[in-house]
Amino acid sequence: MTTTSAREPLHQVSLVVNGVPRAAAVPARRLLSDFLRHDLGLTGTHVGCEHGVCGACTVLVDGRPMRSCLQFAVSAVGAEITTVEGCRAADGGLGPVQQAFQDCHGLQCGFCTPGFVTTITAYLEEQEQPSAEQAREAIAGNLCRCTGYQNIVAAVQRAAELRRPARPDADGAER
Amino acid sequence: MKPPPFTYHRAGEVEEALDLLAEAGADGKVLAGGQSLVPMLNMRLTAPATLVDINPLRDLAHVRVENGGGPARVRVGATARHTDVERDAAAFAVLPLLRQALEHVAHPTIRNRGTTVGSLVHADPAGEMTAVLALLDGSVELRSTGGTRVVTASDFFVGPLESCVRHDELATSAFFPVPEGLTGSAWLEVARRHGDYAVCGVGTLVTLDDDLRVSAVRASYVSVGATPVVLDLGDAVVGRSFDAADWPAAGRLAAGRLQPEGDIHATAAYRQHLAGVLTARALARAADAAVERTKP
Repeated sequence: MTTTSAREPLHQVSLVVNGVPRAAAVPARRLLSDFLRHDLGLTGTHVGCEHGVCGACTVLVDGRPMRSCLQFAVSAVGAEITTVEGCRAADGGLGPVQQAFQDCHGLQCGFCTPGFVTTITAYLEEQEQPSAEQAREAIAGNLCRCTGYQNIVAAVQRAAELRRPARPDADGAER
Repeated sequence: MKPPPFTYHRAGEVEEALDLLAEAGADGKVLAGGQSLVPMLNMRLTAPATLVDINPLRDLAHVRVENGGGPARVRVGATARHTDVERDAAAFAVLPLLRQALEHVAHPTIRNRGTTVGSLVHADPAGEMTAVLALLDGSVELRSTGGTRVVTASDFFVGPLESCVRHDELATSAFFPVPEGLTGSAWLEVARRHGDYAVCGVGTLVTLDDDLRVSAVRASYVSVGATPVVLDLGDAVVGRSFDAADWPAAGRLAAGRLQPEGDIHATAAYRQHLAGVLTARALARAADAAVERTKP
């Protein structure tokens, strides 16, 4: 994060993160990713490349996945943000996408995982039963250097199963 | 990898944005989706003194099919995201080329924030929507405190990463005309990685007459020139039935007319070959799409 020059004017940024109203005064150039991590202490959002290529910093802005390193916090005034911390289950346990990553061994070092979890959480709202090909397309904008992606594709489909309320304990995920 | 300091203004109205841009002068810059601008700021490739944030201008978030008074066209406002254009059912019904090309613009996550008009102003020679605007003979509406002007695609793109937008102007809308007649379209491109910049990309329009003979053929290219290149390829195939047209001949005609440059991703010769092959395939696909339109 940039150190703030004493002369740099601050802007009051108020928004809702994971359902909780939050606010902080920050310089205009504060990236949303840094705002979440440093100003709000939500370090679940990871910062990789800082030019929109890796996808690790992906958060949901008004429900749509976006790169938090490619927008300014000051532009997000009034927005509803969901970070990986907001993708957990209502009881505080693992959310369906997180559970699916555990089930399918969809992560190794875990650095890229928050971006995958947010991206997949939004994707499954639109496509409830993706094919393996669709799952691959859905995660094409996120880079993982450990897994080789196979288990992440499996996790997308496993998460889709876990989300289906009629069959909450279904275990027939295509692997 | 952090942006340099700048003075930030949030425009609540179009007129306010125009005043702010006039005031900011040559060091001012419009912030729309920021999917090209913010990476450039993060890498400190650019350092505007003032940013005018137009994201609050929801009046300009429209994607509209306009039919009244003249040929049909799709109007896209300055704050409409790529995703808004891509998913618009009415726009897709009259102009499928928009969605066909947009599916190749980076990744969905980028398209959720990036704006179509912003990508036109950015004028990247690899930018799909620049080639789409050029192929359709579209235009861009530019407003400033001094007035409004509408610039056609052929005048709009000046050079690589350079459009004719003056520093006090805001691109408020882009107009994508709907081709007349029985016309089909297609977009094809080859990139090193999914969602990355195209090594070569081509958009095609094929128009058929009542007997399903080819009457007009046009193609537009990204990544083969400083600005979008549009070719009329009618000489190779006009007059032939859609299923007997020699599309590879049209591809060879196109390749012969293009003069791409080589770079780290591809040699000039490979890019030229690729343009020919992609052209032939995209023309065949566009012709099929035109025939599909005759079916109920």
